[in-house]
Amino acid sequence: MKATNTAILAPLTGGQRFRSRENLLLMLLKLRTFIALFLILGFFTATVPGFLETGSIIIMMKHISINAFLALGITFVIITAGIDLSIGATLGLCGMFAGWLITHGIVLPMFGIAIFPSVWVIVPLVLVLGALIGAVNGWIITRYNVAPFICTLGTMYIVRGAAMLLSNGETFPGLDGNPRLGNTGFDAIGAGSLLGVPYSIWLMFILALIIAYVAKRLPFGRHVYAIGDNERAAELSGIKVKQVKVWVYLISGLCAALAGIVVSSQLVASHPATGTAFEMNAIAAVVLGGTSLAGGRGTIVGTLIGAFVIGILADGLVMMGVSEFWQMVIKGMVIIVAVIIDQMQNRMQHKAAIVSQKIIKEENKE
Amino acid sequence: MRDAPDLILRAEGITMLYPGTLALDNVNYNVYRGKVNVIIGENGAGKSTLMNVLAGVQQPTSGTMLLNGKAVRIANTRDAAALGIGMVHQELNLSENLNVAENIFLGREHQSGLWPIDQVSQERIAAELMARLDQPISPRELVSNLKVGQQQMVEIAKALAEQADILILDEPTSALSKTEVDVLFRVIRELTRQGVSIIYISHRLEELMTIGDYITILRDGRFQAEARVGDIDVPWIVREMLGGDPVTTFLKPGRTFGLPVLQADHITCVNDAGHPVVNDVSFNVRAGEIVGIYGLMGAGRTELFECLLGSERNYLGKIWLGDLPIATRMSTANRIRLGMSLVPEDRKKSGIFPASSVAVNLTIASLWRRLQHGFSIMRRQEEAVVASTIGSLSIKVSSPQVEIQALSGGNQQKVVIGRSLLTNPKLLLLDEPTRGIDVGAKADVFEMMVALSEQGIGVLFSTSDLKEIMAVSDRILVMSNGRLTANVERQAAQESALVSASAKGF
Repeated sequence: MKATNTAILAPLTGGQRFRSRENLLLMLLKLRTFIALFLILGFFTATVPGFLETGSIIIMMKHISINAFLALGITFVIITAGIDLSIGATLGLCGMFAGWLITHGIVLPMFGIAIFPSVWVIVPLVLVLGALIGAVNGWIITRYNVAPFICTLGTMYIVRGAAMLLSNGETFPGLDGNPRLGNTGFDAIGAGSLLGVPYSIWLMFILALIIAYVAKRLPFGRHVYAIGDNERAAELSGIKVKQVKVWVYLISGLCAALAGIVVSSQLVASHPATGTAFEMNAIAAVVLGGTSLAGGRGTIVGTLIGAFVIGILADGLVMMGVSEFWQMVIKGMVIIVAVIIDQMQNRMQHKAAIVSQKIIKEENKE
Repeated sequence: MRDAPDLILRAEGITMLYPGTLALDNVNYNVYRGKVNVIIGENGAGKSTLMNVLAGVQQPTSGTMLLNGKAVRIANTRDAAALGIGMVHQELNLSENLNVAENIFLGREHQSGLWPIDQVSQERIAAELMARLDQPISPRELVSNLKVGQQQMVEIAKALAEQADILILDEPTSALSKTEVDVLFRVIRELTRQGVSIIYISHRLEELMTIGDYITILRDGRFQAEARVGDIDVPWIVREMLGGDPVTTFLKPGRTFGLPVLQADHITCVNDAGHPVVNDVSFNVRAGEIVGIYGLMGAGRTELFECLLGSERNYLGKIWLGDLPIATRMSTANRIRLGMSLVPEDRKKSGIFPASSVAVNLTIASLWRRLQHGFSIMRRQEEAVVASTIGSLSIKVSSPQVEIQALSGGNQQKVVIGRSLLTNPKLLLLDEPTRGIDVGAKADVFEMMVALSEQGIGVLFSTSDLKEIMAVSDRILVMSNGRLTANVERQAAQESALVSASAKGF
């Protein structure tokens, strides 16, 4: 019991010795999303004139931010080995809800009036709606033990249908509000900027920082990883698995609502079909960023870079004039290659760890 | 005693060498024709390895096998089947979504070319087999609709369908009820009358005395003794199984204990099938005391631990932790915060977080103790506590950031124990803490348990190894079929009494 610390000092030096070709390769593999990002940037800079101009970069990042909101939100879900297919629909419904609040207000038939809330009320209300949808997902999944894929597939249809019902499939145009009703300013979220950088880009980085902080420094983040790694062990370690899962889906819904607000504000209109299939782009970004669909592994920075790779690829190909159909083919191939490399890295990492453990054993024998 | 012993299979000088361990050391083994050949030994004595060699699952390092006096080579399970050796494994290997006949002929369907499977002939043979086994089961019945005992019969039918002359049954009764065991025994007798030779592995001594004709005892990978069951008794078996070596103890004399840290009153837990897996169990653990639970697989030890920790909350009875009553509904998380912690039995399935680092594995259960303003994790303190735990438990790892799955079983186990210790428990529960770890690590774990008890922690652990239970327990509980069948101080404990207590109630 009272072993001295020499036992751990010796292995530390042993670990240092394990630096070789394999380690360099491992480093490269670990940084692969970065490398991919720079390769793509380099490629488009060389082929598309004016690709790196400030204007086009800002436009690109504005596009990326929408996918990044969704991808950041769904990362925790995927780390717990779950999935959320309803985020695209939630984005759509939340945009519609904002549009409805601005256009029709909160109607109180018994008084024969409608209250038109200000933007400062609308935004929190919409966020609460998104969080609520996520919480319902989490509640159904944990309470009734429904597979996340099935549950969120169901809510995807329900939420999309609700978005259509809200306006009978029509668009809510002109979301800049009416000064006489005191509900102007919604369009500023999408159009406004700080220090020349649009709000949505600021929001993307702030959200990434918050989520990364939660992942690294809060017990909640650790619990998310633990559940994805081994749910049974998590339970026996005293982690409130169901509670954590409900929060994970709630966060995912909340982020989708944020994306919905930003999209409808940028367009100054909300259409009920907005965000269709956006969940697939988000999942692609997360997977590209090195998060395993089997759970337990993944980083927030990875997700952000994944969103950048997908976004730059899409916009770059458009600027090059590549047809939309070819874009889809290329995007699909990039995703598959990324996952293959991910598997390679896992195997190598595992091997390297075992080798370094063997070195320790041998040293201890000496 | 009428007929002279007639050998059907003889294994000579079987040696099995694994890297680092000698699982079988020059073992000679006889199987008598048309008899029930019982084989017994402690965990790790080499029974399963020997059976795997006979059934072609593994190849011995050296040794020869004589079938009916002729040397044979069994390179794989297909060879074994061709020679008429069939094995029913302890875990059932049936496809529950298929019916009885489909399971019996799985992988060797009556079918050729592009013709469909000849279901008529398959079902006819399956029905014949079921009749032979005295089971009124339709060949078209889905396996998932059958009881465990009936599924076992399907497994036996599967072996018989290949015309097995020698049938190896590996602990066939561990999941069966009393009446199902009676049926199985009737079937075994009927089969031996038909000339089938049975090799029967079990830990339950009474059972062996009832069904066995010949008994072979293995100890530490060596052949120990062989006898006719009629000539011997239970104490003889225990003596031969355990050997006469004195048991080493890790405990110093004159240990003192405090007040009870755990009091369990009439704990009863019923499983989905309505069988009481923990049946009216009452005991206590005092501060600084090590209490060992001895019992066979399926005796209800793991289930008892789950009730205590609250991962199974569907139980009756009362639990006190110190002088705090634990409400039945209280969550695992809260029980851990009150000072209870479990090191689970199956390290891989419920112990480690394989893709996470050693550091994360150590601190995950006790993050709530290291929060800044009750909010974020204090990183410095976490690093310090990880380093000190790695040092004090002498976990061999190059850096705390290494993924835990790269460590050896013993070191993984130390990490899991370290995780429990960091929650600052008053009561530490260890379910089979030495399973799958090497001898040196075992001693480390035992010393750790003793040191913890000296700090005033109550330790409750389980094992199915008699030597282990004698080595580190202050008091020994024996569980059998969900019941507590003995509760004795170690000094008063007798090995043969413990063994027979562990086989009561089946």
